[in-house]
Amino acid sequence: MIRTLTMVALAAGLVACTGDGKPVRSASADAGKDKAPGAGKGYDHDPFPSTYRPYPGRATLVTNVTILDGEGGRIDGGSVLFRDGKIVEVGQSIAAADGVTVIDGQGKWVTPGVIDVHSHLGDYPSPGVDAHSDGNEMTGPVTAEVWAEHSVWPQDPGFARALTNGGVTTLQILPGSANLMGGRSVTLKNVYGRTMQAMKFPGAPYGLKMACGENPKRVYGSKGRMPSTRMGNIAVDRATWLKAREYDRKWDKYETEGGEAPSRDLAMDTLRGVLDGEILVHNHCYRADEMAIVMDMAQEMGYKVTAFHHAVESYKIADLLKARGVCSAVWADWYGFKMESYDAIGENLAILDQQGACAMIHSDDANGIQRLNQEVAKVIASARRAGITVTPEHAWTWLAINPARALGVDKVTGSLKPGKMADVVLWNGDPFSVYTRPQMVWVDGALLYDANNPKLRPVSDFELGQPGEGDVK
Amino acid sequence: MKRLFLAVLLGSATLAAPAMAQDVTITNAKLVLGDGSAPIEGGTVVVRGGRVVSAGRGGAAAGGRTIDAGGRYVTPGLVAGFTRLGIVEVDGVSTTNDASARESVFNAGLDIASAVNPRATPIAINRTDGITRAIVAPDNGGSIFAGQGAVIDLGNDMDAVTRGQAFQFMEWGEAGARAAGGSRPAAMAMFRNALFEAQAYARNPASFADRGKEALLTRADAQALQKVLTGQVPLLIHVERASDILGVLALKREFAGLKPVLVGASEGWTVAAQIAAANVPVLASALSDLPASFEQLAATQSNIGRMKAAGVVVGIGMIGDDEARQARLVRQYAGNLVALSKVPGASGLDWGAAFATISSLPARTIGMDGEIGSLAPGRRGDVVIWDGDPLEIGSAPTQLFIDGVEQPLTNRQTRLRDRYLNPAEQGLPKAYQR
Repeated sequence: MIRTLTMVALAAGLVACTGDGKPVRSASADAGKDKAPGAGKGYDHDPFPSTYRPYPGRATLVTNVTILDGEGGRIDGGSVLFRDGKIVEVGQSIAAADGVTVIDGQGKWVTPGVIDVHSHLGDYPSPGVDAHSDGNEMTGPVTAEVWAEHSVWPQDPGFARALTNGGVTTLQILPGSANLMGGRSVTLKNVYGRTMQAMKFPGAPYGLKMACGENPKRVYGSKGRMPSTRMGNIAVDRATWLKAREYDRKWDKYETEGGEAPSRDLAMDTLRGVLDGEILVHNHCYRADEMAIVMDMAQEMGYKVTAFHHAVESYKIADLLKARGVCSAVWADWYGFKMESYDAIGENLAILDQQGACAMIHSDDANGIQRLNQEVAKVIASARRAGITVTPEHAWTWLAINPARALGVDKVTGSLKPGKMADVVLWNGDPFSVYTRPQMVWVDGALLYDANNPKLRPVSDFELGQPGEGDVK
Repeated sequence: MKRLFLAVLLGSATLAAPAMAQDVTITNAKLVLGDGSAPIEGGTVVVRGGRVVSAGRGGAAAGGRTIDAGGRYVTPGLVAGFTRLGIVEVDGVSTTNDASARESVFNAGLDIASAVNPRATPIAINRTDGITRAIVAPDNGGSIFAGQGAVIDLGNDMDAVTRGQAFQFMEWGEAGARAAGGSRPAAMAMFRNALFEAQAYARNPASFADRGKEALLTRADAQALQKVLTGQVPLLIHVERASDILGVLALKREFAGLKPVLVGASEGWTVAAQIAAANVPVLASALSDLPASFEQLAATQSNIGRMKAAGVVVGIGMIGDDEARQARLVRQYAGNLVALSKVPGASGLDWGAAFATISSLPARTIGMDGEIGSLAPGRRGDVVIWDGDPLEIGSAPTQLFIDGVEQPLTNRQTRLRDRYLNPAEQGLPKAYQR
């Protein structure tokens, strides 16, 4: 199911971008009365297209390293070759061709770049002053019309930390969880740009951030309006989906049969995208019982939840989540900060995985994103004490291919497979050890961090001319 | 005064040493003393009457129970510097959160010891991860002064407070400015005025006019600040910006008795020489490396390493970092400081020094290193046997003693885990499975 969704989503992304990156300006709502624009072409689905371009990189061969390929494979003493921004070969031994930069990785490890499916970098940037608080449009419980990308400040110093300390190469920026439907997410390459568009992951589908539980009912209940209860949360959700289905029907009809174009509604555009499988649902939800209700609601309304985020009680319904094909993106050890996080346990991810449910790590935090490898190490250790064995090569799927799938970018990144983006981290040791840090990080084959080269420490505009500029961080 | 204080302390120590304290000898240990030294292979530690009798290489069993550590790490129990452990159950549930009291007329006089609940779930959860003692501070409300902090143990009994009224805590910098009415000068005025009032109180307690709600300082607050003025207790000060840190050092020169301890201190490394020269210790945030505010622009994970290199006494504190629940992260943070020693241009710590930042050094910042945080004769019998390197993420205690009493290593989370290792229900609802 996820795979199907992913392919649909990627296809949609490719439709929206021609080979030279110019957006297709499809027939808009002012098309002639009787002409049908064609399915999905009634309006522009990509009005803020990615302008990301990989930076130049050298053909590079890393030899003699422990490789975790991100899909569960491992090679000890192996080699990785990438060229022109793409993985060329991964194997035990690869001959160095002329002009290839060879890095002897003795004692070091290579992995695909870390992918964080849940970040607020850019929309809650550092410094965290009120003027930068752009992650929650807390003025109504349904704000499916807002897009997180319109809040992303590309100068957030946090992007640099995530790259140099965390080896993060791809990340999804989500709206906050104050609202039931908080708006669209955006997936970024972790490469500084002057504009948000310059960081935008080419072809990545949008996500819709939804939230259940305490936050929406607290925020709106305290304003004396609906929802003020969990039942209110679901009622508002369902009423909104009913509207979305009607909107979807009208636009489907218009796009295939022509006639008078229905009026546009930005919130409904987003929900229509979900109903059509073009936009993936990322649902903030803590409690097991609520997740079960949301999955039934999704079935009733004809959409799919791609992943529950936070999902601290997923372990209680691992079998149910597996049966519905819904992923869980979780922390390793957060607990107790509010009532719905009270039952968190360190084995959550491991139990999900053991039961065959899709699971991954996530950060939701500008500090945590710098140590997602260590967060997974915690899970491995908790699992071991609970009698569940997790190999390092399997555990890296929680940092790579699983989040890539949840973001709909697994065909192009998330593992060290030939033809994929050369998003690669060379670690100075076992990445599940507390004593290990990134040595080098490549994004699309371009070397964007090298611990030995101070000139390859990114410094955002904000930090330029400030105390500590260009320091190790 | 000090003697009286010590007498009180020893008195409470006697009370705190429970009847269940065992005489224990742990042999064949990779022994970590906690004083900054490297681990000792083949070490032995002897605990008798709830106190460490000896710790070092070799040595034979000394009666009582003997445990062969099998070459595994044996360390002092960890001391979590600057936490809010035991005073919060669920942060977001205000009735369970005693950290701050915005509506109270009192501030410096508030005594956090009265809020400590040994049965708060974070106590057992953090104990399971090797924390045996914690420095617990109140959070501030309507004043720069938050109140009097405590040092607690994380034992499975109702007698948690090791030392009550152990220090005063104060917000400075941005948070202090906010609490004082909107600016740093307002915080300074509040601070000076409060100390002057406390001095007036000290000169003649009987005639001190307590004007109740109208007062700028109540009698209870004046009493508490008197202990700060005389240096009877240290004053923990949350401060991040370099210029604010220098301001604190100037206050120390102005008020001779003051014993400041810096908390947070993100920009400490930029004025490390001055901090060291002033002999002011620090409970620093270990991994803060973002300009999270304008007072943390120079934040870097190398902060502790650089301050230590400059001669500052610095332990790890957890202010603003889930300190009511996640004090256990200090272990991971100390390990990361070791990792930095391999990063070009960064300043890390060697293993022994890193371990000290979560054992003897936090204790030393508040003058309690003679009691807790290391394995030396006379110290509290807080000892942990680990299944691996205690600074490595995957490691956990296999046995843990507080005051010589072996502690349970289960908690609410381990119970939930056991119930749901197989999530499907079997025969009866989950509610019957325990």
